Amino acid sequence: MTGGTLWTVVLAGSLGCYLLKLAGLSVPAAWVQQPWVTRVVDFVPAALLAALVVVQAVSVGRDLVLDGRLVALAVAALALALRAPFIVVLVLAGATGALVHVLWGW
Amino acid sequence: MPSSARSETLRDSLGLGLAVGLYGVAFGAAAVAAGLAPWQASVMSLLMFTGASQFALIGVIGAGGSALAAVGSALLLGTRNTVYGVRLLPLLAPRGVRRFGTAHWVIDETTALAVSAPDRGLARLAFLVGGGSIFVMWNATTLVGAFGAAALGGAAKAALDAVVPAAFLALLWPRLRSSFPEAAVQRRVALGGAVVALVLTPFVPPGVQVVSAVVAVALAGPPRKVAA
Repeated sequence: MTGGTLWTVVLAGSLGCYLLKLAGLSVPAAWVQQPWVTRVVDFVPAALLAALVVVQAVSVGRDLVLDGRLVALAVAALALALRAPFIVVLVLAGATGALVHVLWGW
Repeated sequence: MPSSARSETLRDSLGLGLAVGLYGVAFGAAAVAAGLAPWQASVMSLLMFTGASQFALIGVIGAGGSALAAVGSALLLGTRNTVYGVRLLPLLAPRGVRRFGTAHWVIDETTALAVSAPDRGLARLAFLVGGGSIFVMWNATTLVGAFGAAALGGAAKAALDAVVPAAFLALLWPRLRSSFPEAAVQRRVALGGAVVALVLTPFVPPGVQVVSAVVAVALAGPPRKVAA
């Protein structure tokens, strides 16, 4: 993606997200507070974030690739289960990724 | 209003700003790892200012996804803020042009702060102080992460690649904990989203599998009969 396209994505995404925020303060509450609307909105993050975890951990373009990222993800999951703070989780994941890269070249 | 409640609200609001700031470093670094220029990462934190959408956008870009898939995933995650706005309107009651400024700070954290404040005055204070401290910290730490990552190279690249999926997992994790409302359903939807994305990856252009994973929301089933 070129720099110009990236700027378009950044600005269009920002404008869209702002309008979604503004809509909540502007449209009649009844439009938004329908049970099925709140139902969908409550669960969109779980579906999308889980998809992003998978895509970021094991894909390169259309290929599925197992490398240090997956090992790092397992370490991160363990750290989260042990209730480690966010920054500790990220540092452990980063260190694991670097270590696997250095040791095995993955 | 009692001054102890006021100082407690101030402390919580400022503290949340500092805590959220740490995510800003991760966002800035991940954005640069995904191929954005440091300034593009910074403009996102300034103008988009809603963490999950920002992470999703750069996640799709980093996976080689199209502009449409990147913006689409950011907007899907941004729908939460519309619901938050409806909840905040009676508390904050922004008049005239203030509505446009208020809207920019309608995010997970400011909504949680305002809704849990003991009265409307403190809700406004929590929204303003929390929104302000988060906005300042988020933008400052994005700069640090973005320019810091741009200065790194080599093995640091492998470290950054490993940090991004871990960051998404850390964003997802609180929703899967048993203390979260309907945690079992959240887990089912998350698993469904992961499976959809994994299965589609070899067959669709990068990024499309992320947006498509939204179909897993169907696993949540229809709204419960007892309306809130």
